[in-house]
Order: sequence, then structure tokens, then C-alpha cells
Amino acid sequence: MTLSATTDNRPRHASRAPRKRGPKASMGTRIRGWASTTWFLLPALLLFFFFVLIPIFVAFYTSFFNWGGFGPPDDFAGLGNYRKLADDPVFRGDLWRGLLIIVFSIAVQLPIALGTAVLLNQKMRGRAVYRAIFFAPYILSEVIAGVLFGIIFLPGDGLADKIVGDLPLLGELAGKWFADPDTALPTLFAVMTWKYFGFHMMIYLAGLQGIPSEVLEAASIDGAGPWRRFRSVTLPLLAPTLRISVFLSVIGSIQLFDLVWVTTTGGPTHSTETMAVTMFQFGFKRYQMGYASAISVAMFVISMIFSLIYQRYALRRDLQGAVTSAGGRR
Amino acid sequence: MGIPHLSRRSFLTAVSAGAVVVTAAPFLAACGDSGSGSDGKVTIEWMDIATTEPSKTLYPQIARAYEAAHPNVKIKLTNLENEAFKSKMTALTASGKLPDIFVTWGGGVLKQQIDAGLVKDITSDGSAILNTLTPVSQKPYQFDGKTYAIPYDMGGVGFWYNKALFKKAGVKDVPKTWSEYLDAVRKLKSAGITPIAIAGKDKWPEMYYWAYLSMRIGGLSALQQAQENNDFSGAAFVSAGQKLKELTDLEPFQKGFQNAGYDTPGGQAATMGAGKAAMELMGQWAPAVQKDASGKDLGDDLGWFPFPSVEGGQGAATEVFGGGNGHALSKDAPKEAIDFLAFLVNDENERKLVSSGAFMPVVKGAESELDKNRKLVADALNSSTGFQLYLDQAFPPAVGQEVNDSVAALIGGKKTPQQVTEAVTKAAKSQ
Repeated sequence: MTLSATTDNRPRHASRAPRKRGPKASMGTRIRGWASTTWFLLPALLLFFFFVLIPIFVAFYTSFFNWGGFGPPDDFAGLGNYRKLADDPVFRGDLWRGLLIIVFSIAVQLPIALGTAVLLNQKMRGRAVYRAIFFAPYILSEVIAGVLFGIIFLPGDGLADKIVGDLPLLGELAGKWFADPDTALPTLFAVMTWKYFGFHMMIYLAGLQGIPSEVLEAASIDGAGPWRRFRSVTLPLLAPTLRISVFLSVIGSIQLFDLVWVTTTGGPTHSTETMAVTMFQFGFKRYQMGYASAISVAMFVISMIFSLIYQRYALRRDLQGAVTSAGGRR
Repeated sequence: MGIPHLSRRSFLTAVSAGAVVVTAAPFLAACGDSGSGSDGKVTIEWMDIATTEPSKTLYPQIARAYEAAHPNVKIKLTNLENEAFKSKMTALTASGKLPDIFVTWGGGVLKQQIDAGLVKDITSDGSAILNTLTPVSQKPYQFDGKTYAIPYDMGGVGFWYNKALFKKAGVKDVPKTWSEYLDAVRKLKSAGITPIAIAGKDKWPEMYYWAYLSMRIGGLSALQQAQENNDFSGAAFVSAGQKLKELTDLEPFQKGFQNAGYDTPGGQAATMGAGKAAMELMGQWAPAVQKDASGKDLGDDLGWFPFPSVEGGQGAATEVFGGGNGHALSKDAPKEAIDFLAFLVNDENERKLVSSGAFMPVVKGAESELDKNRKLVADALNSSTGFQLYLDQAFPPAVGQEVNDSVAALIGGKKTPQQVTEAVTKAAKSQ
């Protein structure tokens, strides 16, 4: 909301304004302007060039080779790696599991985050404490969270086994969790939800605070109950925040790596493996850099296509001037 | 917020200048270079994995001792955690510049580095020291009759077992054949004891079973032939998978083994060390790790027996599966580096390394420093009639990892013995 408001208020062609002075401005001023622009842009451009653009192109290039990571790539394979990728049951499984994680994130994690945010947006005692508590898991590094849950789900002696051990229905779960192909992905997903819902809750809280109380008061005066106010006022006004949150959630799910690596390394028998884990396995365990590059390119393309489509159709109202919004017009 | 007194402009200038410096630093750093100077001073770069005791203390000690005796030499030791070391070596190999001295397990990985022309052939330069070492310890580092590393540890894999638990289950003698072994597992199981601890998350401990079964059924020649022809579809390998399936069908492993690490809390070594499982198939380092991971010492309850033979199999029970550690030299390493490696395994230092409990002797006649159990391993090794290096080291990494992955899937019930051999063959053929 605030974003689009400032864009609208800015005078048209504001960015071009200095140019109109062009002929009148002295040569020295212009050179100094250029120099300072370059000076300010240089660090970012250098970083972007060396650590983003070059690696992307190198990955594209090496994905066409059978290359072990030693010496220059010289065994050209054409599209061989991509054909192998399409036939690889593990990679296909990665796609399926990725989709599951995305669907569950949006269907479970985000509603929980939204509900908590709405609750914590009310005036209540100890509100700040609750917010801090729910946000805390997000601040922990993935590795620490992974090790922590590794201990919690330890077969036999772990906290989780002790809790469910004597329960009638859940007792079956004891000793399984991360150790059984059927329960590993749901367990992983539970950990992900614990880890990330606080982040989305924080975004929603920020969004909720941007909703003017007058609108809600007006709705109350018109006779809207709490549900109606939420449904017809809060939710639509929160929509831009929701759209960003879904976007971040999907991109995060596609790139999911560290939490999986620490808790299960993708096992048992690939049941929690993600594209990023498969890429790591082939790149740094099997030294098949060419094939790993092909996986990274596939990840890049999937993220890219999703981002473009999502920006074009879902975020167009929120992001002016983005690549996909056709010149920034509505 | 945190920077209230700086004007916006000066702050931004400072930040951007900082960013430029940070960006440029790696490029500037790359310009300087270490190495031997003109004044006769030599710096040896040594990259190792000694992040745990006892080598964590012993290596720097030995390096300092060498420096004291040779004032012109400076040894720069960098220790990385095992997996981090492997990743770092990949990057260094790709850049074409290896540290002067680095740890290696030999086999396929070392072969790749040799083929890239980065490793020094020490067959003649190192002959003096190599002659004092047991021949079996040098095998993993020999290719086409040339030796590329100086070993400092060598051992074999076998069953470490808990004598008290075996007694409790009524298993009197250690199993000599596979069917005796399965009987022992059944007896342990019916006595309410978890027969085997295994690390399904790490996978390589599972590979040991398949590898040993293949060796016992097809003999060493079957493995060598399979590696040469890139074909693992032979009957011996399928049969090894079937025998392993017989074992897993008895459900002999600890609860939750599919997510158990080897040396992590609650993992294979900790389960074994805490007396919660009756045996594990592991290398010479097993007792040290059991103690470290569980905080308990099995003491005299711990015993060792070689992998049983399989009825009707080609391989003898005296053939050992295992491996060791060695130090290789980069092709540009100064001549002082090889002198230091000789110093590292000289009489005094070898005794220190072996008696520390983490290493097995490579110097002929150093077995006297061994405790009872590790002496059994050393005896098996020295009287062995054949030797096979760990499959995930002997084979190129892609094949070795496929073996680990596929065997884990077999034990997890997701692959049949045939599918294992097919997957491994496919990985081998695509090399």
C-alpha cells in the first residue's frame, strides 16, 4: 500500500529532471555527477556481477558438459544432462515433494500465521512478549533448529518419543518421525511450520497495522460483526501483504536446503529430498558438476517462471515498474 | 538508529567505500602468494582433518618438533572438519592448486587428482621411507606401479560385538558362516536385544555389509572385474543383495536406524557404546568413537570377529575390506615436505600415533603398541590373503555414492537386489 502511494505521488519523469538542466550545467558538475553515481553503484554492480551474474552463466555453460569439477569442462554433452534429469526418478520425486511443501505451506503455515497475527494485533497484556516468542524460531539459524529437532525426534530417548510413547493413537509414531519414509516429510513440514510461521506472522502484523482503524470503525457502525469485518475489510486490505508472503513462501520452498540437510540429508530413501539437496549430492558428493549444474539451472528456471507469472498476474497491483508490468501502467 | 551522529552523506560514502574494499579484498589477496623465499626459508602448507583428539594435539606437536630441528622450515597446518575438507579439496582441485601436504584415502578420488596432474609421484623420492612401511598400507595409493602417498593409518572392517549381550542371548561362539551369523541375530532378537547398530542416515556403514557379502560370495576378483568392466550385474552382486535382504528381513537394527548418524548423539556408535545393541560392522577406529559418542567404555566386554564366510562363496574369510589414511603431496611441494612426512611416521612419532588409540600402525613391527582388540584387527590385516579398499573410496565418487545410496534403499526396503546392481552398473557405465 505505502509503496504504491509514494509511486503515485511522485511527479512524472521525476527521475529525468536533472537532465533538463543538461546544457546549462557546467561540464564539471556533470562529470562529478557521473563520478559519484559510478562510485555509489560500483560496489553493488561488482558484487552482483561477480557473485550473481557470472555464476549463473557458468552454471548454464557447465550444465551442457559431463564435467567432474576437475580441470576445464571439455566433454560436451549437449542436452544430455537435461534428458537424464527428466528421466531421473529422484528429481521427479523432488518436483512432487516440492509441490507438496508449497501446497502445505500455503494451506497450513500461512493461515496459522494469519490467525496468530490477527490475535496478536489486538490490545492485550503481554502482546510484545507473545510476538517475540512466536518470532523467535525464525531468528534461529536453520542448522541450530535442525540439530535441535534432531535431538527432539531422536528414536527412543528423544522428547517426541517420550511424549507420544504412551498415547493410544500416536504411540505408533514412536521411533519413526524422521526415520520412516512415510513420516519423514510430514515431520519435516512440522519443523518448517514451527520455524517459518513467525516470519509470516510478523509480515502480517505489519500489514494489519497499516489498516486504518477508521475503516474498521465505519464497518462496525454499519453493523458488521467481527467475522464480517475480518472477511470484508481486513482481508482485502491485507491482500498485498498476503501476496508477498505467498511469494516468499513459494520461493523459499523451492530453495529449501539447510533444514533438510541437517535433519535428514534427504533420506530415508529420498523421502525428504529437495531439488537443492539433490544438486548438492551430485555436485559435492558424486562430483558430477555438469549434472548438478543442470539441476541448478532447472531450479533457476522454475523460480524464474514462477516469479514472472506471479508478478505479472498476482503482484501487478502492488509492484509498479516491475519487469512484467508493461511499463508500470495499471 | 545506531548511527545518529554521522550525516547521511558521509555515512553513505563510508559504507560504499567499505563495500568497495570488501569486494576488492579477495582480488587483492590473490595477488600475494606464499611459498619458498629466496633466503632459504620454506613454508609447507599442510591441510588435514585433525579436528578431534588425539591428532588435534599430536599433529601440531609433531610439526613444532620438526620446525625446531629445521629452523628454515615453517609448517602451516590447517585443519578442517571431514566433510568440509572434501568440499574444500573439490574447489582447490578445480582451481588446479593443492596444498603441499594433504590427507587422502586413496582410491578413485586420489586417482582423479592424479589424472588432473596435481599430485607428486613419490615412488623414488620416498622409497627410503616407503620401504619401512607395511605393503598393505600402501595399496590404496598405488596406481600403475607408482606410489602417490605416505600412509599413516591402515585398518580393516569387522564386527565389533558386546560379549555380555552375546552371552545373555546364549550365543557361545562367534559366527563363522553367514547362516551361523543369522542364527546369532535370531537368538539375540528373541532375547530382546537389538542385534545390530547401524547408521542409515550416513549410508556408508550399510555399504560395508553389501561390500563384504559381495567379496565373500564372488571373491576379490569379482569386484576387480566389475570395476574394470563397469558391470556389477553379475550373479555375485545380486546374491549379495539377497543375503543382505535375508538379514534385514529379521529386522535386526535399532529403532529409527534410518535416521541414525554414525558418530552423532544417539547414532550407531553411541548405541553400541551404551550397550543398547550387540554388534556393529565397523573399522579399526570403532572403540575410540564408541567411547567418544556414548561417554561409556565397554572395556573387556568388547570383542572383534571377522566378517563370516558365505557358504559356497568364492571369497575367503581372510580377505579384508578396509582402508587407511595417507598424506599426498602436491606436484609443486618443496622437497622438505616429503622429509617432514618421513618424520611424521618415524619410530617415535609412529609410537605416539598408534598408542593414542586412533590409528593403526603402518610401520613394520609397530603392532606392539596396540591394545588387545585392535591387535586382532592388525593380525587379520597382516595375515590377510587379499585386500579391498572401501568401495566409496575405491570407485570414482559417482559410483561409490550410488553404491551407498542403493544399498541404503535396499535396507530400507525400497529397492530389490537386482535394482541395486542395475543402478550401480548404470552409474559405472556413465563414467
